[in-house]
Amino acid sequence: MTMRRKHSSMTLLEKRSFRNGLLFALPWIIGFLAFSVYPLCMSLYYGFTQFNAVTTPKWVGLQNFQWLLKDATVKKSLMNTLFMAFVSMPVNLFVALMLASIVVKDFRGRTLARTFFFLPSIIPMVAATMVWIWMFDPTYGYINNVLSAIGIRGPNWLIDARYTKWALVLMGSWTTGTTMLVCMAALQEVPVSYYESAEIDGANGVQKFFRITIPCMAHVLVYQAILSFINSFQYFQQVYIIVTANSGTKMGASLGGPQNSIMMYPLYIFHNAFTYLKMGRAAAMAWVLFVIVAILTVILTRISRRVNENAGVE
Amino acid sequence: MSMKTKHEWTGYRVGQTVKRTLFYLLVVLLSIVFLSPFLVMITTSFKTNSDAFTLPVKLLPRQWVFENYPKAFETIPYFRYMGNTAFITFFSVLGQLLVTPMVAYSLSKIRWKGSKIISGLIMATMMIPISVTMIPLYRIYSKLHLVNTYIPLILPAFFGRAFYIIIYRQFFAGVPNSLMEAAWIDGANEAQRYIHIALPISKPALTTIGIYAFLDSWSDYLMPLIYITKSDRNTLSLGLQQYISEHTVDWSRLMAAATIFVLPVIVVFVIFQKNFVQGIATSGLKA
Repeated sequence: MTMRRKHSSMTLLEKRSFRNGLLFALPWIIGFLAFSVYPLCMSLYYGFTQFNAVTTPKWVGLQNFQWLLKDATVKKSLMNTLFMAFVSMPVNLFVALMLASIVVKDFRGRTLARTFFFLPSIIPMVAATMVWIWMFDPTYGYINNVLSAIGIRGPNWLIDARYTKWALVLMGSWTTGTTMLVCMAALQEVPVSYYESAEIDGANGVQKFFRITIPCMAHVLVYQAILSFINSFQYFQQVYIIVTANSGTKMGASLGGPQNSIMMYPLYIFHNAFTYLKMGRAAAMAWVLFVIVAILTVILTRISRRVNENAGVE
Repeated sequence: MSMKTKHEWTGYRVGQTVKRTLFYLLVVLLSIVFLSPFLVMITTSFKTNSDAFTLPVKLLPRQWVFENYPKAFETIPYFRYMGNTAFITFFSVLGQLLVTPMVAYSLSKIRWKGSKIISGLIMATMMIPISVTMIPLYRIYSKLHLVNTYIPLILPAFFGRAFYIIIYRQFFAGVPNSLMEAAWIDGANEAQRYIHIALPISKPALTTIGIYAFLDSWSDYLMPLIYITKSDRNTLSLGLQQYISEHTVDWSRLMAAATIFVLPVIVVFVIFQKNFVQGIATSGLKA
């Protein structure tokens, strides 16, 4: 009898905490349904329809997806996005790791240096991109003037289609502050004793870096690489700002930059939706993007988990 | 280990000094590289436009002028846009501060079936591209005649954001349960425990989230771009684009406008740097 009463009071407690838990999480749950689930479902439906902003969607079957497979700009934008994912990610990771291994050291002015390296990452994207556009100016920009001072003739960064994406890579490497901080935290976790015993064995700095530092923080690096890779598929604001500024000054008046060289996949979605008002096509493209990102996330988290397990074994 | 001779020691010391100097050189060089866009922004804002377009290009103005600032404020309705931005930012921060701790509390301090599922879903929402949700949301807002109002920009803040909730949950995870349990024995209910214990304890996390929300909202570009088309409703982030006309760009004015736009961000960052750095380092995540 007492047992049962105890049992039932437990479930009452459980019920109460279930109710409380649900109540406290309710705002997010409502938001999730309204701002994620509903739009995701509607977006899928819209992918099979045709409409502009105001008209009622008209069912067109697979037409949008057929267009997507044939359209040259879709292909181009996907390639551009992949370029950013594969080139920008390792560059950023390298820069972040380099900065982190500097600011992790104990030296005078360390906090100041960390502030300087991190500051670019919190600057509003619009302002930063504007400054970069100005710095990339082939004649009056600082970058080419600094380059010419050391005897290099700089390219027409944002006008020459061969260099536009590299300009973006350069710009991106400036804002690796968050990754730097995460790497710094990971570097601090590496046991000092590892380095000490390596020193006794006569290892030099390079050996220590590749044999101790990198393996010890592999899981963090892989995780950051994954995040950066997935984020590349959302690369939008910078290119939108550059393209709009360019067409404003008629440098390379095209919606995707010179020869569509910086037409990123999300930018093309945006143009389809809000410039050409082909919302059905945009929705179809967006869903393809969603599926790509979802698959990548699953694959990459598996890899990341395996790295973690390996790190645990060591 | 053998003892080093006096001669070897001097060599070692010289080596260390050279190493140290090189290290400092590298730090200074990198600092200049990372600060240069800021320097360019600020110095250009004090140049006359013709100075900016004179070769050879010099970092410092040939003649310091301050007229770009008042001119920048006239070129676009700058203070109106600033007010708009501040309005949106204020309510976004308010929303996030109200909701984030609640949800984080539910996930880490209330033991209930479903908290794990919710946590997983929150992580999952971080990978949903904005492109996918933007079209249906735009359609709803336009049907409700809310385009060109600030509702689409503010409303989501009152339903929490994955990144903030995760950081907050991480903070709660470090708070011992014994504190909460002691209050439970005293007969406090969940809401009382939340208001009287959890919230005051998590002040540092609250500050961190407040700063993140401020920076994100102040800098936001995409949402205003989608939802704001009437020029008097513009935010500053949209307004900067207006300095670029079809024929020319007045870079000096644009850089003056950008400097003022960026200033609050830098001030907030410098004041709250510690919260900021810890937030990122502990979450291991990137916004």
